Amino acid sequence: MRLYRTCLVFAGALVLIALAAPLLAPHDPNGVDLGAAVSGPSAVHPFGADGSGRDTLSRLLIGSRTALLGPIGVVVFSTVAGAAVGVAAGWRGGWLDTVLSRGSELLLAFPALLVAMLFVALYGPGLLTPVVALSLAYLPYVSRLARGLTVSEKRRPYLDSYRVQGFSGLAICVRHLVPNIAPTVLAQSTVNFGYALLDLAALSYLGLGLPPLTPDWGAMINDGQDAMMQGHFLPAVIPCVAIVLTVVAFNVVGGAWADRISRRAA
Amino acid sequence: MTVLSIEDLRLELPGASRPVLAGVDLEVRQGQTVALVGESGSGKSLTSRSVLRLLPPGARAGGAVRVAGEDVLAMPPARLRELRSRQVSMVFQDPRAAINPMLRVGAFLTESLRANLGESKAGARARAVEMLEAVGLTDRVLRQHPHQLSGGMLQRVMIAAALLAGPALLLADEPTTALDVSTQAEIVALLADLRERFGTGLLFVTHDLGLAAAIADHVYVMYAGRIVEHGTAETVFAAPRHPYTSALLEATPSLAQPDRRLHAIPGRPPDLRAELTGCAFAPRCTRATDECHTTVPVGQVACHHPGGTHA
Repeated sequence: MRLYRTCLVFAGALVLIALAAPLLAPHDPNGVDLGAAVSGPSAVHPFGADGSGRDTLSRLLIGSRTALLGPIGVVVFSTVAGAAVGVAAGWRGGWLDTVLSRGSELLLAFPALLVAMLFVALYGPGLLTPVVALSLAYLPYVSRLARGLTVSEKRRPYLDSYRVQGFSGLAICVRHLVPNIAPTVLAQSTVNFGYALLDLAALSYLGLGLPPLTPDWGAMINDGQDAMMQGHFLPAVIPCVAIVLTVVAFNVVGGAWADRISRRAA
Repeated sequence: MTVLSIEDLRLELPGASRPVLAGVDLEVRQGQTVALVGESGSGKSLTSRSVLRLLPPGARAGGAVRVAGEDVLAMPPARLRELRSRQVSMVFQDPRAAINPMLRVGAFLTESLRANLGESKAGARARAVEMLEAVGLTDRVLRQHPHQLSGGMLQRVMIAAALLAGPALLLADEPTTALDVSTQAEIVALLADLRERFGTGLLFVTHDLGLAAAIADHVYVMYAGRIVEHGTAETVFAAPRHPYTSALLEATPSLAQPDRRLHAIPGRPPDLRAELTGCAFAPRCTRATDECHTTVPVGQVACHHPGGTHA
């Protein structure tokens, strides 16, 4: 419970920091201070500066925006599309279920990162390309969950009491079934947020995500490697710590929500 | 006037080697209460659900289910939705499972009026309040969620919802089984009262003979997918002719004769995987002869060796 609260506060604080990042950052994230290149903590650069003399703290703060925005995009796309696919498959059953379920299993066969690399290779870097690619890769996880929930939910008697009032199947599905399975799907999506953040950071570490010069946590780890060779760990380690803490916070919060929902349903 | 007439209804389910319903005939007249009694698995719920064509997936139905002369089984979907929203409604066994737990009672009650019957928001609300008062609740429950109400109150909400559109026929599928005994009595009294007030025909499905005797004008006894005996409540309960009905009554405790020994019926109802050749009750029947095992009995009392005569 205390862990959950701490994580919730951390996640909330992170969102606020990301919103206010340009005001909070002490330096221009791309401003080059060659005199401070590869330096440890100082009054001017609290977390030191990387090999090009860019302030680690400022890049960390500004980087939190893409770090949150990317996974949010993935979660929104994959949840909306995955829920639509899963509910349609579960509600209609039959051949539609076969086509949609086998189709999304086919997507599962490809590792998320490989799909994303393929997309970046085809469509060039940018925030949108890897987000769309990862959304596709995450879609099957959401659709499988939504399909299972729909299949078990559609047998519940309260849906019959709408049928006997003369509602069409589509109206019952959209207005009553979907809101009732939504909390569970959303809790799963919160957990997906953490994984998407990791995948996006990995892509950006490999230089495959955002355009060069965009401050981003994954790219910062790569940039920080020079400083690390020269004995200054902070420029590389700080973004690592930020990624780990953020992923843990979102997973704990998502997991706690999922637990709470399954307890309520039981 | 006949509001419901079921003629030779047959229902086959995938995986069963004999029809779950094997020719059911039943009639409900305007303002009449008809009880359909039988043990679990006899097909009484399926019979009442088929009136709204609420059939399990893969079911194949034959015969006819006529509501005001129109065959429900042959209706186009749009006409079926209209029938469901206006003419026939249903009260389920467990109100807590049958009402959407996420929505307020007000939303549950007004949604169909607004979406299917084109009522205005204020009109639907007024109608909902009117029906809530008819079932003994106040408009306070409109703002409450189902988990804030007791089982008995929820069943009242369910009944109010069923009567909103002023249906000619109300199907009640074991409406009191999930409730405690004193609430049961209230709900049964309420149904009887409402039927009188609104002139609604009532098909009451139950396994409780005492309840059936208390509420019904006419009783149909069902066994293994067939009606084995029917008649007015007095004749069926006072002078049962089918051995199954007699056996059921002997297995029911009675306050009038508290010292009487209860007789259990030996054996169990036939499995759906077993095919039947003669009378389904023959293996458990004391009067059974060779004829009973080979020929299916028919008639108002579906028995080759009925007991004493109906008045």
